Amino acid sequence: MTAATLAHGRDPHHVHGIEDAENRGPAPKRIVTGYGFWIFILSDMVMFSCFFAAFAVLSGKTAGGPHGSELFNLRNVAIETGCLLMSSFVCGMASIAADMRNKFWFQIAMAVTCVLGLAFLWIEFREFADLVARGAGPSRSAFLSSFFTLVGCHGLHVSAGILWLLTMMAQVFAKGFRADIQRRFLCFALFWHALDIIWVAVFSIVYLLGSGT
Amino acid sequence: MLGKLTWGAIPFDQPIPLLAGAVVLVAILAVLVWVVVKGHLPYLWREWITSVDHKRIGVMYTLLASVMLLRGFSDAIMMRLQQAVSFHSPGFLPPEHYNQIFSAHGTIMIFFVAMPFVIGLMNLVVPLQLGVRDVAFPTLNSVGFWLTATGALLVNVSLVVGEFARTGWLPYPPLSELTYSPGVGVDYYLWSLEISGVGTLVAGINLVTTILKIRTKGMTYLRMPMFCWTALASNLLIVAAFPILTATLAMLILDRYLGFHFFTNEAGGNVMMFMNLIWAWGHPEVYILILPPFGIFSEVVATFSGKALFGYRSMVLATMAICLLSFMVWLHHFFTMGAGADVNAIFGIASMIIAIPTGVKIYNWLFTMYGGRVRFATPMLWSLGFMVTFIIGGLTGVLLAVPPADFLLHNSLFLIAHFHNVIIGGVLFGAFAGYTYWFPKAFGFRLHEGLGKAAFWFWLVGFYVAFMPLYVAGFLGATRRMQHYDVAEWRPWLIAAGFGAVLILIGIAFQIAQLAFSIRHREELRDRTGDPWDGRSLEWATSSPPPVFNFAILPDVSGEDAYWTQKLLARQQGKADEPHYEAIEMPRNSPTGFVCAFFATIMGFALIWHIWWMVIAGFVGAFATFVVFAWRDHDEYEIPADEVARLDRANIAARRELVTAARDAS
Repeated sequence: MTAATLAHGRDPHHVHGIEDAENRGPAPKRIVTGYGFWIFILSDMVMFSCFFAAFAVLSGKTAGGPHGSELFNLRNVAIETGCLLMSSFVCGMASIAADMRNKFWFQIAMAVTCVLGLAFLWIEFREFADLVARGAGPSRSAFLSSFFTLVGCHGLHVSAGILWLLTMMAQVFAKGFRADIQRRFLCFALFWHALDIIWVAVFSIVYLLGSGT
Repeated sequence: MLGKLTWGAIPFDQPIPLLAGAVVLVAILAVLVWVVVKGHLPYLWREWITSVDHKRIGVMYTLLASVMLLRGFSDAIMMRLQQAVSFHSPGFLPPEHYNQIFSAHGTIMIFFVAMPFVIGLMNLVVPLQLGVRDVAFPTLNSVGFWLTATGALLVNVSLVVGEFARTGWLPYPPLSELTYSPGVGVDYYLWSLEISGVGTLVAGINLVTTILKIRTKGMTYLRMPMFCWTALASNLLIVAAFPILTATLAMLILDRYLGFHFFTNEAGGNVMMFMNLIWAWGHPEVYILILPPFGIFSEVVATFSGKALFGYRSMVLATMAICLLSFMVWLHHFFTMGAGADVNAIFGIASMIIAIPTGVKIYNWLFTMYGGRVRFATPMLWSLGFMVTFIIGGLTGVLLAVPPADFLLHNSLFLIAHFHNVIIGGVLFGAFAGYTYWFPKAFGFRLHEGLGKAAFWFWLVGFYVAFMPLYVAGFLGATRRMQHYDVAEWRPWLIAAGFGAVLILIGIAFQIAQLAFSIRHREELRDRTGDPWDGRSLEWATSSPPPVFNFAILPDVSGEDAYWTQKLLARQQGKADEPHYEAIEMPRNSPTGFVCAFFATIMGFALIWHIWWMVIAGFVGAFATFVVFAWRDHDEYEIPADEVARLDRANIAARRELVTAARDAS
């Protein structure tokens, strides 16, 4: 990425169009890995957008059951959001530690990221359990089906992220900051931040808009 | 302990599926026994099953597609025979079995024949054409292939254990909901497609990254061969569209397994949302299938006309235009939904607009041939057959894009004839052209021409005899998916269609004979130069089959038709200096893909039959596989410079003879 930017940056008046006349052969591994993972994230976003679309279509279909405004506890959602955003920040600190090859601070930052992620999941789990206990489970109405699927899909991603995070911690502990492990961590960081972006959309569309009338 | 699975799941009372299943089982066992007894197992494991070489994975994809083509075609010929005899009669297939057959036919032909065939060819050829040594993610590539194979396996297991879906190749709710399809058929469909869908997505990400980030020196975007462009467009569509399929099927799974209400009739579910979502994937899907064949035809037509492709840049533009437009037409699959005249008109016009870039392509191929010295080898015959056939299919498509006409023709045999017209005449003919064209590159010997031409003519004539009558029957009001009928006017047309299917069967028999004959006589058909067709792009610059590293020295590209320019230069300049060889690092083979697919199979089967402990076991196994893979310390091995030099010198010597011969001839 940087190499390409620099190459273009040399002569800003030269129009390249789509013809990258300076193609110097295969890109280095770090760029290829990151690029491929970005494409995966984009495809994941497409999947989420389907669940968002389903939610948009079904959000009014409460089938006589409760509406979002009767169910959502914005205070809990705010704490939840805080946890996830903080975890993303701390994950950024882990990236810095990885760049500086500082194992100690890397592990600390990753552990804090993990704890914040688990806290997020715990709050979400309690919210779900509470809704089911109040008779507002996913099979109550199409609205609740789409709500549980969208939010639950994000939760599943966070859970998978935590499994990945623990594996990363173990790998850095056992093998240190090898080039391939650095690349893998780059992908993990992208993944974790992408989950934040999706959560921002969930928070705004599902909870904020849903809590209105 | 075993969930819903009991002895009752095996259809002892239905002779046809039981017999078919037994034949498949015996065939598989026979092959396995032969492999083990002959001592080929270690070789297969080392060189193929665990291979992360893009060429071998490409070959395995194509092999999977060919085997599944036989299965899908058996379904097809049974349907055609059933309709040929079921006038005022129940025929030989009871309705619940007939419904499974048409569902399996569509599912298999799209997901496990057409998809693996084009993905296989892209895997084999794209890195060679880009002049590089491998794809971006070799191990992931293997994972993708084996997950696709898992999906195919699960569909075939449904033949013997349980049943397959009776809901058509796209399981429209509410029919596919638990209320109306309580059996495991729909679950087989859902899980095999969820698993193979992940495989396809992985393949898509891999190829997009490869094309955008891994090209040889000087291979700029506008110097890439046309096939790379169409592969890029197709894989971009995979990345953008397959997640929609995954999400939509996941919603149906939640409806069926956990009582959600996405598509149910009760509690606010919305059936039309399924149609919208599934076609938001489904329409791009048909372009995922047809774009790579467009690229194949571009390569074949240019090579066998001895000319550069006419209008290369307009071809690139047309490809990318189709790529974009394909996302804007999905609603034409259900004009009858009742979205209103305005919406229908917009989608009707958008659908017709796609005919413009497609027309550009057709004219480009015609102008490429114009004034060229056209050689009518088998790949070229498939291309010519395609052009004629695809135009007819395209025109009937434009007809169907007119909403009022669609209201009459919707779900009739006319529609069936239309999409077989474009899928057989387009995708399949393209796949066969590519198969014949690149076979010598993959294996080092050509396929027999005479048998290939015979296969082509039987396929072509068989196609017209099988599907033109269906257009007529469609106009006469015959609907799709009929198990029996009592309208006398349809009868002659359906009998003719059955006859056409038999002609296609003869075509397939010729293809099998061609393969067997060519393997037997491979020494006479040997391709010693690596350039059997006088090709233009870089895959012909290396030997056939290429060494594992493809190119000893990565080629330096200075224009379009990279290899053609090299050849001209070599003919003018004669002998070049020997390059300086260096050691090459290549990725190590890995069983990750195979082991991961093994656990995915267990998980899929357990989910279908509600065997929850087995689901957990499968998941833990798959995760452990990844951790073990991530823990490896050496993922590459080195091929020493001497070895590289030895392999490349042989290649250069053979090529020099070719150049000398060409110079003497001229």
